[in-house]
Amino acid sequence: MHSADDVKKSVRKYLTVGALLFMFTAITVAANQVHLAIPAAITVALIIATIKGSMVASVFMHLSAEKRWIYGALILTLVGFIVLMSVPSLTVRDSIGTPIQVPAAAEHAKH
Amino acid sequence: MNIPYVVEERPDSGLTNGKLGVWLFLASEVMLFGALFSTYIILRTGAVEWPHGELNVWLGMANTFILIGSSVTMVMAWASLKMHDFGKHRLYLTLTFVLAAVFLVNKYFEYSDHLSRGEGPWHSTFLAIYYTLTGLHGLHIIGGMIVMAYLLGPGAALYKKNPDQFTNRVENTGLYWHFVDLVWIFLFPVLYLL
Repeated sequence: MHSADDVKKSVRKYLTVGALLFMFTAITVAANQVHLAIPAAITVALIIATIKGSMVASVFMHLSAEKRWIYGALILTLVGFIVLMSVPSLTVRDSIGTPIQVPAAAEHAKH
Repeated sequence: MNIPYVVEERPDSGLTNGKLGVWLFLASEVMLFGALFSTYIILRTGAVEWPHGELNVWLGMANTFILIGSSVTMVMAWASLKMHDFGKHRLYLTLTFVLAAVFLVNKYFEYSDHLSRGEGPWHSTFLAIYYTLTGLHGLHIIGGMIVMAYLLGPGAALYKKNPDQFTNRVENTGLYWHFVDLVWIFLFPVLYLL
């Protein structure tokens, strides 16, 4: 439970985080104007987005001081999210679409 | 019959039922958007070429600023209630609603600009996933606006009867709204910059 005094102290923190989020957005766009190589651009943009997302979750959504039931639910979500993000790598490891080499003997037996 | 634990916290979880419910809902939302981001990765890595510079970066950046601003006003709307200032709460919540509307107006201009050039979702794989992701996100914005309109309109009467319950409703709405902002924080670089 947040008391009125706690919230009063947090107001400055909310405004600071808001300003930082604006700043990081500007940095993301500025980094994009530099025209980095695609892998570097993806890395930079996603690192900044992750920092921004963490700030929103921890400060605005008060995740930095939440109850363990919420952490438990989010850990389960995180596991599911990692599985979902792993799906693309599974699609490149399967054999769907790969031509099957028919052994010559089997081919001969058909005739 | 009254719904239990809407104001006082449950002794076992230390949470109100509403707050736990919203967090579980947000967990399902992570799965929904996670599946779509995963789809984006599959489509992009499987594509022979991927378009760059098709979207207006400045409009996307403006919308990012707008949503971040709305997150700040949303948390301030809740903080004002905690500090027993109902007038300021209404001001901040109205600002949040207006910023959400401005976001949608920008999106309307962006969509209509593309559609006027025949660039609908059928045009390319990139635009198909762009419309799917931003369209779904836009629906979430509309959903948040409906809840905010209720809290500014008929729902505000609860403040006189039960201010703590009303404050909890605003906090739960805020949790949802910050999540919508968080999704956009990832959508913006993925769709507009990379």
